[in-house]
Amino acid sequence: MASSSSYSNSPCAACKFLRRKCMPDCIFAPYFPPEEPQKFANVHKIFGASNVSKLLNEVAPHQREDAVNSLAYEAEARIKDPVYGCVGAISVLQRQVIRLQKELDATNADLIRYACNANEMPTSSQFGRRNMSHGGGSFGQNSGMYYHYSPWNNEPSEDSNERGGEGNM
Amino acid sequence: MSHSTRCAACKSLRRRCPKDCVLAPYFPPTNPQRFACVHKIFGASNTTKMLEQLPLHLRAVAADCMSFEASSRVEDPVYGTVGIISQLQEQIIEAQSELVKTKSEIAFHNAQQQLQQQQMQQLQMINAIAQEGEDWP
Repeated sequence: MASSSSYSNSPCAACKFLRRKCMPDCIFAPYFPPEEPQKFANVHKIFGASNVSKLLNEVAPHQREDAVNSLAYEAEARIKDPVYGCVGAISVLQRQVIRLQKELDATNADLIRYACNANEMPTSSQFGRRNMSHGGGSFGQNSGMYYHYSPWNNEPSEDSNERGGEGNM
Repeated sequence: MSHSTRCAACKSLRRRCPKDCVLAPYFPPTNPQRFACVHKIFGASNTTKMLEQLPLHLRAVAADCMSFEASSRVEDPVYGTVGIISQLQEQIIEAQSELVKTKSEIAFHNAQQQLQQQQMQQLQMINAIAQEGEDWP
């Protein structure tokens, strides 16, 4: 939950950091409580107070908390890894998705093979002169083909959000 | 001495582009949008500071990553790259659940096949016995 810091209470973390009065309509106050000074310090270091203020003004009020939290996450990631920032995490996750997709494709292929084998099982009417099967049917009554939908349609997660890609940034 | 052609950064900032411009190698004038995003999200001064703190051989990758983060944030001002991370995490969870389901279906088929094989064998035996019975007068 976003906390509010009024003029009569202690200044928010942003105004404390910037050493200014925390006004009642301070745009930072709801999202940068004084108990979390590091959050604003990180965001200020990477994005700058002015840019954050502009970004928040461009976003609807009910989305500002999410925007601040994602900025804080990105800032912290870039401070910990000044080269890759949170793009490093994206690379790791993309590789995991690709690996899982390959494993899923291989497992689906196995499943189809099993289903085919089940279809090919000989029926009872093939044995001896006496027809043991009353209905003449096979024992493989549940051996229909199984088709599995792959949510990626053979493509890894290269959607419009990934402008960079791993080798094309 | 300055660059004969200003880099995208110096063009945007309307200043001379010195020969040792920190941003020039990574923000060519042919791609003004790249610097525009980075400028909007990080600011020119922050971008310069962040690149200056890195050894030369890492700056190109860092500039690419910052450019990607900035353009993601311009496209999605609320979540930026964190939105992409969330999507990937969801895809991973879905894939893992799909994998578990598929493997359990394979196990089911395996068990079914084994059962069918056993039934076939039993049927063969019964058939053979019945055959012997017919052959006796």
